Amino acid sequence: MNAKAERIIQVHHVTRVEGHGNIEVKIKDGRVEECQWQVVEAPRFFEAMLRGRKWYEAAHLTSRICGICSIGHTICSLKATEAAMGIAVSEQTAQVRKLLLHAENLQSHLLHLGYLVLPDLLEKPSVIPLAQTHGEQVLLVIGLHRLANEMSDRLGGRTTHPQRPVVGGFARWPTTEEMETLSQKLESARTDVMALADFLGSLIEKFPRFARETEYIALTHPAEYALYEGHIGSTDDGQWPVEQYKGIVNEYLVPHSTAKFTRHKRAAYMVGALARLNLNYDKLSPGAKEIAGKLGLKPINSNPFMNNAAQLVEVVHCFEDSLRLLRDLHARGLKDERPAVSVKAGRGTGAVEVPRGILFHEYEYNKDGEIVWANCVIPTNQNHGNIQMDLEAFVDQIKERPTEQVELMAEMLVRAYDPCISCSTH
Amino acid sequence: MEKAKVAFFDFASCEGDQLQVINLEEDLLKVVEAVEIVSFREAMKGHSDDYDIAFVEGSVTRRSDEARLKEIRKNAKVLVALGACATLGGVNLLKNFQEAENVRKFVYGDKAFQYETYPARPLKAVVPVDIDIHGCPINRHEFVMVFKSLLLGKKPEIPNYPVCVECKMAESICVFEMGMTCLGPVTRAGCGACCVTEGSYCWGCRGLVDNPNADSQREVLAKYGLGLRDILNKFRLYSGFSEVAQ
Repeated sequence: MNAKAERIIQVHHVTRVEGHGNIEVKIKDGRVEECQWQVVEAPRFFEAMLRGRKWYEAAHLTSRICGICSIGHTICSLKATEAAMGIAVSEQTAQVRKLLLHAENLQSHLLHLGYLVLPDLLEKPSVIPLAQTHGEQVLLVIGLHRLANEMSDRLGGRTTHPQRPVVGGFARWPTTEEMETLSQKLESARTDVMALADFLGSLIEKFPRFARETEYIALTHPAEYALYEGHIGSTDDGQWPVEQYKGIVNEYLVPHSTAKFTRHKRAAYMVGALARLNLNYDKLSPGAKEIAGKLGLKPINSNPFMNNAAQLVEVVHCFEDSLRLLRDLHARGLKDERPAVSVKAGRGTGAVEVPRGILFHEYEYNKDGEIVWANCVIPTNQNHGNIQMDLEAFVDQIKERPTEQVELMAEMLVRAYDPCISCSTH
Repeated sequence: MEKAKVAFFDFASCEGDQLQVINLEEDLLKVVEAVEIVSFREAMKGHSDDYDIAFVEGSVTRRSDEARLKEIRKNAKVLVALGACATLGGVNLLKNFQEAENVRKFVYGDKAFQYETYPARPLKAVVPVDIDIHGCPINRHEFVMVFKSLLLGKKPEIPNYPVCVECKMAESICVFEMGMTCLGPVTRAGCGACCVTEGSYCWGCRGLVDNPNADSQREVLAKYGLGLRDILNKFRLYSGFSEVAQ
């Protein structure tokens, strides 16, 4: 290979991710001269569109920010409205919401690992040809993905854009029978979850060896692996109440991206499964810790490709913790609680962990319960800066390789973040 | 017989409708056996401009996106609009009812000029569309029904009666009776009244039936205490492109 030659890599658009993003690299005389992660998604202006909408419409509307993490947006939105109006929810509501977040993590992580990442590891363009070569494993992925979707249906009303969760609680509760069926199905899927973890775990060596120190930010909670509630935590230092999120995210604009970027104290930080694991490893369920051990994953891991492994660990965690929550709800017996809302003016922030990381919604309401101001900070927003910095360091590390390989590996790096690009542009 | 070539594309949207196609799970394997999928960025690498059927999700929100959609229209024998953003413009149209510069500045501040946008619109405002698969999100069983019809060369049967019909069949209590308001009387059925059954009310995501009795619906909403602004807000959530909400 001629090291003097100019090599240009343009990936328009990265495939097997949600939304439209480009990679542009120029290598000249053995040096990486340009390396850019570009978000070219069409902006939809959700924050502006929220203005003038009623308190009971905010979650319905913001759910549409993202098809994949619509449950997370719904719950984050409800929490922001509840915070603004001083509405406390019952323990039962909190528990079913936690179950819904688990369902979404399972849906999303399984989709990402099984449908979007696995083809890279087995060197195929998509999951379709894998049905021939790895039929058993593909059916395993499909079966568990279907179960995660069914869990969302039974708890939220629908796989995507759930109707049941509302301000103050639930418009409709799952029946005792539905909960029992769900418990049974999850219980009998235990072997499949472990088989999938073993199979994907056996391919972990195929991820490139790469590490770059950065800051990891996620919710953290003294009693549990924080997904539904907690404080904002950082691997660098400090803990902050969620209301102080603006001092953490510091959104800024770059000309080559329709999505905003963020930075905290360093030039960039990372959110998502790896950030959660790096911060909250001790709170993982026993089975999840066992898988993490097998994968050699312990805090602080600074290889972004290991976000895939952290997702796998979370699949086991969400699965085990769902069974625990269902047992607990069953023991107490589900009550047919009706949400009570008294509308008032106020400002409130909601924060939850969704599959790709920490999500913030903040609304200001007038006395009629209409939104007058809104802000949403999406996990992939917060990862764009870190993707850019990883891309620069990683491309420099692999620049001597053939162009097609650099291209493929750069795409794999972006994919490891499981970016939700249209969501980040919103 | 040669397999039909199928491609998936998207414009401004949440990609939740393509996700419903992926959510077909085992049935997706049957779908990909029956046709050849040549482009589906969300799920596969690789792309070809040689396709018979194009499924297009999302609405058009930038003038610069029109060329891509026109190219898709040129390449495809059949163009199917996938989901409310594509069929109606969907929630993206809400920004059309606010002052355009104010919308851009509210989100992007003093850098607003860098971010291109124009009033959001459904696909049919830019190119002819052959078939609409309604809903936010689409119903995956309806997708399979339309998909099969296309392969058989039949016109798919999309209901043209209101959600109330399916709501009665589902034996749900009318939400008006429970003190809520609903767009079911004027909204196209086909969803099995899934929002009412799940404790909510109809938001109108499948658009209006042909010749809806919108005046009467306005009267009903007004009777249940909604002011003109609330009524318009309800219609505009999904049907901002239709005359009713203008």
